[in-house]
Amino acid sequence: MSTLGKITRRTFVIGSTAITGGVLFGVYKYKQPYPNPLEKNLAQGETALTPYVLINANGVTIIAPRAEMGQGVKTTLAALVAEELDIDVQNVRIEHGVPSNAYYNAAVLEEGVPFPPQDTSSTAQMARDFMHVPAKFFGVQVTGGSSSTVDAFEKMRMAGATAREALLLAASAKLNVAKNTLSTDNGEVISKDGQRIAYTELASLAASVELPDDVKLKPKSEWKQLGRPIPRVDMVEKCTGTATFGIDVLQKDMLYATIKVNPHLGAKCHAFDTNNAANMKGVKAILPLADVGAAVVATNTWYAFKAAEKIDFDWAKTQYAQSTDELFESAIAAFNEEHQDSQNRDDGDVDAVIGAAGDATIHREYRAPLLAHATMEPMNATAIMKDGQLDVWVGTQMPTYALSEAARVSGIEAQNIRIHTTYLGGGFGRRLEMDFIVYAVMVAKQLEGTPVKVTWSREEDMTHDSYRPFAVARFEGVTQGKNITALDVKVSSPSVMESQMGRLGVSLPGPDSTIVQALWDQAYTIENYRVTGYRVPMGIPVSSWRSVGASQNGFFNESMIDELAIEANADPIEMRLSLITHQPTRNVLEAVANMANWGSDVAENHGLGVALVTSFGVPVAEIVEVVNTPRGIKILNVYVAADVGLAIDSRNIEAQLISAVNFGLAGAMMGEITLLDGKVQQTNFHNYDAIRMHQAPVIHTKILENGERIRGIGEPGTPPAAPALANAIFAATGLRMREMPFNKHIQFV
Amino acid sequence: MQINVNGTQHEVDVDEEMPLLWVLRDELNITGPKFGCGIAMCGACTVHINGQPARSCSMPVGQVSGLITTIEGLGTPDAMHEVQAAWVEHQVAQCGYCQPGQIMSAAALLQMNPNPDDEAIDHAMSANLCRCGTYPRIRAAIKAAAQNIREKSA
Repeated sequence: MSTLGKITRRTFVIGSTAITGGVLFGVYKYKQPYPNPLEKNLAQGETALTPYVLINANGVTIIAPRAEMGQGVKTTLAALVAEELDIDVQNVRIEHGVPSNAYYNAAVLEEGVPFPPQDTSSTAQMARDFMHVPAKFFGVQVTGGSSSTVDAFEKMRMAGATAREALLLAASAKLNVAKNTLSTDNGEVISKDGQRIAYTELASLAASVELPDDVKLKPKSEWKQLGRPIPRVDMVEKCTGTATFGIDVLQKDMLYATIKVNPHLGAKCHAFDTNNAANMKGVKAILPLADVGAAVVATNTWYAFKAAEKIDFDWAKTQYAQSTDELFESAIAAFNEEHQDSQNRDDGDVDAVIGAAGDATIHREYRAPLLAHATMEPMNATAIMKDGQLDVWVGTQMPTYALSEAARVSGIEAQNIRIHTTYLGGGFGRRLEMDFIVYAVMVAKQLEGTPVKVTWSREEDMTHDSYRPFAVARFEGVTQGKNITALDVKVSSPSVMESQMGRLGVSLPGPDSTIVQALWDQAYTIENYRVTGYRVPMGIPVSSWRSVGASQNGFFNESMIDELAIEANADPIEMRLSLITHQPTRNVLEAVANMANWGSDVAENHGLGVALVTSFGVPVAEIVEVVNTPRGIKILNVYVAADVGLAIDSRNIEAQLISAVNFGLAGAMMGEITLLDGKVQQTNFHNYDAIRMHQAPVIHTKILENGERIRGIGEPGTPPAAPALANAIFAATGLRMREMPFNKHIQFV
Repeated sequence: MQINVNGTQHEVDVDEEMPLLWVLRDELNITGPKFGCGIAMCGACTVHINGQPARSCSMPVGQVSGLITTIEGLGTPDAMHEVQAAWVEHQVAQCGYCQPGQIMSAAALLQMNPNPDDEAIDHAMSANLCRCGTYPRIRAAIKAAAQNIREKSA
C-alpha cells in the first residue's frame, strides 16, 4: 500500500507526495496543491479545516465528493473522515460539495498500467503511483472504476485526522494545557479534569493553528465505526420519498421540458417543423438544440412529451454500421494487423504449440451485443441562467467536466456557474456522459431568467445512450491431459475510451486496455498464452457499462476455460486452481466451492456453473445453480466469494455484490440493443427488460480480506455472473451459450 | 377538477388525459412517485388509489376516483410505516429511485395478504423493476414487515 508520506496541511489533498519525477507533466505542476474550494464561500464563523471538513456553530459538515448512485459512497466516505475526526457519522451533515479539482480521483487510472492486478512488485506499484500524476493533472473528479474507496481510504481518513489535530491544538491553546492531556469523544474535546468543549466552539480557533507535519492515522484495532455495518445515511430519505434526485429538483416558477435528438446517433438535424406541436396545450416554446434536435418547453413534462411527438424532424443519417449484422461484420473485419490495438500478453510460443496440435486445437467464438445502461431515473437536468450566472442541478459522475461543459455551452465563466450534484437514480457509467447536462444548459440559455427542468422520455433515454460495446472473441486452445498448454485469445470491439474521451474533446494517446480487460490480466499461468486486442473503427457511441470491458470479456474467457475443462475431462474448479498461484485468488475459488458444495451430487435437471474473474483488482468467484424445468431455466442460487483486501462495511459490500450479480445476470439473460436503419430498436422496458423479483435468485456472499490492499466493489461482482450462468446451463442441459443474451437460445422462467 | 392526495383536497386545471403521475409531480410538487417508463412497465410511479396499487404514469387523472396515497402519505421520516421501517432495518435501498414504488406495492400486498409466501411476493412485486437488483432484501423486508404487522395486531 502506498503511503501518504509527510502530510502537511497545505499539501495533503494532493495525495501521494512520495512520487519523484513526475516525468509526464512536470513535478512543479503536479506538486502544486489545488486550492481548498470551501475557502471561497465561507460564511461568518465558518471554518474549512480541510476540503473535506467544514465546521460552524451549527455542526460539522463532511464533504463526500463522489456521486451517490446506490453504492453507499456517501456513507462510506463520510465514515472515513468521521472515524479519524472522532464523531459519529450519523451526527454530521454530509454534502457532495462543489465541483473542484481538489477532489480529483487519484485511483481511477491506476489499473490502466501494463501490470496485472496480481502483480504487486515495486515496479508495478511505482507504475500505479505514476498514474496519480495524470489524474491530478487533469483534476478529474470522477466516480467510476470502482475506485472511490481506494482513492479515499487514506486521504479522507487523513482529512479527519488533520482536522482533529487542529481542534486538539485549538483546545490546548484555549485551556492553556498540553495537547497530550486532551482526548476527543464524538464531537467534543475532553480535558483531563473532565471539561468538554464541542468541536463547533473550537472551529475558528482551529483555523489559525499551525499544523504539525506528522499527523498519524489510528490503527485498525482502534476503529469504532469502520470495519462494521454502518447504517446508510441516505436510507430513511430513500424509503420515505424525501430524497432529492435530479428529476425531483424544484425551483420557483420552473418550466418543464423534454428533448428530441437525432436517433441516428451523432448525426445532425437538418430541419424541424413545429406546426403540429407549437399550439398544443401547455407548450411555451420549442427551441433548437444546436444542430442535433429540439426541446419542447411546457408547463408540465407530460405536455412537453406530447408535443415532442408532434414535431416533424428531418434527420441526417450516419455513415457507420446501420444494422446489428453490420456491427458484427465490422468486429470480424477488425481481426487483422491493421486494427491490432494491444498485445499485453505473449508468453511461450503459442503458434508452435497450436501448430503442433493441428486438428486437436479447440476453436471457439463468442459474441456480446450492445447494451443500454437503462438507469431507473431517465436522464435529466435542471438549469437557470440569470444575470450572468448559471445554476445546474444534476446527478453526474463527473462534476468537474459538467462545470466545464456548462461553461462552454453557456459562454459563462466557470466561476459564475454552480453545479449542484443530486442523488443519482442509477449511474452504471451512463452519468459519466455530458449530453443531458449540455441540452439542459442549451435550453436555459435560450430562456434566460427561467428555471427549466429537462427530462428525457424513457424512449429518448433508451435510444440515445452510449452503449456497452459489441464484441467478438476468438479462442484457440490446446489441452494435454487435464492441463491447458496453449491459449490464444483474440478480441475485437470498439474502444470505450476512444469514444468516451472523444466526446470530451480528448484523444486517446495509446491502446485501450478496456478492450482486453479481464482477458490478459487474469490470474492464470498458461505456458503458451497470448492475448491480442483489436479495435473496431469508431461508429455508434460506446461507453463504460458497469465493469466495462470485463462485462463481456469475463463471459468470453470463463466460458472458454469451462469448455476446455470439459474437453479435457477435468473438473472446472480443479483445472482453474492448477493454473493459479496467486493465493487470494485461489482462496475465493476454494471458498465458493465450499459454499456451493461443489463436487457433491447434483439433483436431476440441476446444473452448477463456476466462473472466476478479476476486475478492478478484485478476484470474484461465482457459482450459479440452475434447474431446467419444462418451461425453461430457473436460476436458483448464486454463490459469490470476493476478496476486497479490507472490508470497511461488509453489509454494504454484500449489497454491492448482490446488485452486481443481478446486473450481470440480467444482461446475460435478456440484455440486447440492436440496430436497424441506423437506429436503436429498443425503446422501453417492454423490449429491454431486466431481471425482476420472480427471476431473482438467492445470492449467498462471502467477503475475504486476503488481498494486498483495499479495493472497490461496485463493479467486480458483475463479470463472473454471465459465464457462471452459461456454464450452469451447459451442466444442466448440454447446451452451450456462446452468444449473449442467452434468451435468444433458451427460455428462462 | 378535484383530487384527494394524502388526505388533502387539490383543485387542478389540467387535460383530463394527463397521467396522474404528472399531476402529482409537476402540478402538486409531490415528487415521491417517480417517472421511470411512462408505460406501466417499471412500477416506479406506483401509488395507492383507495388502497389498491396503481401505476400512476398510465392512469389518466380524469379517470381517477377515490383517495390517492403516495409514498409521502404512507409514512414520514419521523413516523414510518411498518414497510418503510423494515426497508430501513434491512438496508434495502441502493440508488433508491425505484423504492417508493416498491414500498407502495409491498404495502398494498400486505394490506391484502398479511402473510405472503414467496410466490405471493413474486406475483405482487414483479411489476416493479429495480436496476440495482435489491430483490433479496426487498423479499426479506416484506417478510419482516409482515411479521411486525401481525405481531402488532395480535
